[in-house]
Amino acid sequence: MASRSRPLSPHLQIYRLPLTVVLSISHRITGAFLVLGVLLFVALLVSAAASPQAFEAVHRHIASWYGQLILFLSTFALFFHFCNGIRHLAWDAGYGYEYPTVNITAYIALGATVVLTLLVWIVAFAAGGEQ
Amino acid sequence: MTHLRTPLAGARGLGAAKAGFNHWWLARVTSLALVPLILWFVFAIASLGNMNYATFVAWVRSPVVTALLIITLVVTVYHMMLGLRVIIEDYVHPEGLKVASIIVMNFLSVLLLTIGLVALLRIFLSVGP
Repeated sequence: MASRSRPLSPHLQIYRLPLTVVLSISHRITGAFLVLGVLLFVALLVSAAASPQAFEAVHRHIASWYGQLILFLSTFALFFHFCNGIRHLAWDAGYGYEYPTVNITAYIALGATVVLTLLVWIVAFAAGGEQ
Repeated sequence: MTHLRTPLAGARGLGAAKAGFNHWWLARVTSLALVPLILWFVFAIASLGNMNYATFVAWVRSPVVTALLIITLVVTVYHMMLGLRVIIEDYVHPEGLKVASIIVMNFLSVLLLTIGLVALLRIFLSVGP
């Protein structure tokens, strides 16, 4: 029997995902990643509550290149989750479902994420070097 | 027997909108609360710059900062628990494993929150430089 060309469901490796889909899964990925940020801050609090030596030991890791990289990715993930979360809140209130509004707000969320991330690092460096 | 019951009696409590709505609603309420809290938190930490033990502890120890950090930590961990539960429910399919994962996640989250709060209070109540 000759094979007919039947409609296929979108194949993830071929199908070009719409922007809205990319942002949707990114919201979940950044949310899960931010658990690391909570752990990091609690670790810093515990070390500060323990002793100056313990704080310096934790802070040394945060101030290292890998610590700063994790911190940078965390602020980016945090602000993305923050901006896209506001987009979700607007949807929940019943606004912004139309085309091209969903795409416009997607670009606004991405732009705001970059601006806020850069802004917070400028503030950190202006306040005195790496933190 | 059953034909004496109204159709409403058979439908009540069986719909999708049971505890799920409350979960959905609380995720929104916590996210709304986190909008100002997270902005304050990130920019306050950033303006500490290259912090050391003394500057960090002095910052945390201010009553307003301790209060805001307690609220931020509680709301963040609660928001995290709501989100992680949805992720587990979506990807862990065997019923027993799913329920066990959610319970373990809840325990660990409350443990993390408690450790964070105790550390915060210890810094706040300590007599330092």
